[in-house]
Amino acid sequence: MQKVTREILLAKAAELLSSGTVNRVLGWKAGEFTYDVTPALFTTAAELEKDFVYGPFSGANFSKYLVKETRRDEGKVLVFLKPCDTYSFNQLLTEHRFDRERVYAVGIPCDGMADIQRIKAQAGDGICGVDCDGDNLIVHTLYDGDKTLAMADCLAERCVNCKSKKHVAYDELIGETGEVIDSHRFDEVEKLEKMTEDERFAFWQNELSRCIRCNACRDVCPACTCEKCVFGNPESGVENKAIADSFEEKMFHVIRAFHVAGRCTDCGECSRVCPQNIPLHLLNRKFIRDIDNFYDEYQAGAEVGQRAPLVNYKLEDLEPSEAVERSCDHA
Amino acid sequence: MRKCSLTNLDALLRTMADTATVYLPVDGSDGRAHFTKWEDGVKMSEALNTVRSAKDFFFPQTENLVDFKVEGKTIEVIDTREECEDFVIFGVRACDVRSFEILDRVFLADPVDTYYKNRREHGIIVSMACNKPSETCFCRTFGIDAAAPGGDIVCYKTEDALYLDALTEKGQALLAKLDALTEECDTAAADAQKDLIRDRLDKLPLNNLSADAFGGDKLDTFFNAPEWKELSATCLGCGTCTFVCPTCQCYDIKDFKTNKGVQRFRCWDSCMYSDFTKMAHGNNRNSQLERFRQRFMHKLVYFPANNEGIFGCVGCGRCLSRCPISMNIVKVMKKLGGNA
Ligand code: SF4
Ligand code: SF4
Ligand code: SF4
Ligand code: SF4
Ligand code: SF4
Repeated sequence: MQKVTREILLAKAAELLSSGTVNRVLGWKAGEFTYDVTPALFTTAAELEKDFVYGPFSGANFSKYLVKETRRDEGKVLVFLKPCDTYSFNQLLTEHRFDRERVYAVGIPCDGMADIQRIKAQAGDGICGVDCDGDNLIVHTLYDGDKTLAMADCLAERCVNCKSKKHVAYDELIGETGEVIDSHRFDEVEKLEKMTEDERFAFWQNELSRCIRCNACRDVCPACTCEKCVFGNPESGVENKAIADSFEEKMFHVIRAFHVAGRCTDCGECSRVCPQNIPLHLLNRKFIRDIDNFYDEYQAGAEVGQRAPLVNYKLEDLEPSEAVERSCDHA
Repeated sequence: MRKCSLTNLDALLRTMADTATVYLPVDGSDGRAHFTKWEDGVKMSEALNTVRSAKDFFFPQTENLVDFKVEGKTIEVIDTREECEDFVIFGVRACDVRSFEILDRVFLADPVDTYYKNRREHGIIVSMACNKPSETCFCRTFGIDAAAPGGDIVCYKTEDALYLDALTEKGQALLAKLDALTEECDTAAADAQKDLIRDRLDKLPLNNLSADAFGGDKLDTFFNAPEWKELSATCLGCGTCTFVCPTCQCYDIKDFKTNKGVQRFRCWDSCMYSDFTKMAHGNNRNSQLERFRQRFMHKLVYFPANNEGIFGCVGCGRCLSRCPISMNIVKVMKKLGGNA
């Protein structure tokens, strides 16, 4: 597979800007310590040349930004999409959340992105820079010199359990697209299913008790694009800015999980951004797995316009009561 | 100065816990440090700092202010305030200690916030010098010395011992109770540790970050700066930066209707949210640019304008490591203040 580099993307962006195909580029801007890249809009080749970066920390899913970007009444925006991002892209199109005509999508192959927390767990705190060297990362530390880590040991959870290397949407592809992968992403869910009800409750109680309701999970989520979230709307009657008790602690997450059920593509952004390291992906994957088991195998975002089982009634669908029973009855 | 062998650290904490509840940074099941109540067997984290800051002890995310009991046409106002018990926060870093002074300027200024004052008076702060500052630390930018934190007692941890020095009367009283486990010593070992730390601070990547371009008189310089557009372009408006920040101090007051009346509570708010300080006429910050600008202008311009030039940021670096898009006050300062 062709290795995607900054230079390749830079050349592509410059070409599309100069041909007038797009007038701005969603890309990654260099930070202070290599790992802290920021999603940014670039409008000129000179800006790109100066600050554009691409590397193992360019993991942010840009699909959701298209909702805002395509509302601006000016030309097309260039977006680079990893395979997993293309599913979010399609799902947003299915929900009519952005104007496809205002986007030029370039699919880029992906070998997995790094998670700075995993790097810090191995190399310690005090990381001033990270360089790529083949399959390794050279980590420059403050207290321990340079450390060489295998990229495989630094991958983000969602990349370890990558579900697909296939691009399901693009105008143009850099390199080649891959295949859907038979991943191990449900292994952890299975472990949770095997727990007793009390154990499972205790597990989630412990995880969710750390939530600070910063809303990062919601605000980054491409399935959460309501114009005004009920939880942030003072008129809704259920607005809750903070967690008052252990009930509210769970309410937000359970309602959010239901709301994205059948629409969550398992892009992994929610778990990536959570400052409290709450494994939100496990909640969503449980829903995905149940939907797969109760209806048919279904991957949100695989195609534009597909109807999710939960909003596509069929006579042979199982009764809700049966679904409840079976989802609790794995042990 | 008193010295306690690290082998006696557990006993020291136990003795402290006999007089007051002790909280200290402990590694959680998520692998990150959180302030946790000390009990037998609880081990102090080696992490530099906690995800949530120590401000939670004085300014918790939610708290009930007053209850109203409604019966027919009568409303009874129930004062739910209670004198809180003494507690010790052990292992607070210099940045967080300074954050208390910043919060004091807000909550202890007239009219005094009695809820905050109550906790503040009963809290004893045992600080800990930072042996291994992180790349994200820039406390020095704001004149904070991580090698000499404030608090009631300051601690230095070396390979084999903990050195403790009382800085206030409260601290002296607590340290006196630990006499049996500590011995008097000179300051040589602690001084050496300070030198080591300062040497490490010199080498931090953000060591040269300067706040000189900012201050209370810089409203006109920065308010309409064109850079805000670019800086805020991809901000999610999530509020993570404000919730992990030790100096963010904004809250909302709300009424919770119970069957028998109303519970009035307050909870942290965030200037990054669309309904922040919403008024009858609507909102005074309608775009994310305006909301984003508020957070940084508050820290770098408005707060110093009202507080003798003191900045509202302590350089703890939490917003650097937790923002989902890695946008933060350092990037803002570098872009606006022109320093690299
Ligand atoms: S990102 Fe994490 S801490 Fe923030 S609201 Fe979501 S689950 Fe809670
Ligand atoms: S819930 Fe999480 S994994 Fe699912 S679409 Fe939203 S951010 Fe992605
Ligand atoms: S600056 Fe970062 S943490 Fe703060 S609201 Fe914006 S995206 Fe969230
Ligand atoms: S603005 Fe950031 S660095 Fe400054 S005190 Fe708040 S969290 Fe810490
Ligand atoms: S910002 Fe300074 S005081 Fe705070 S943890 Fe870092 S080095 Fe220590």
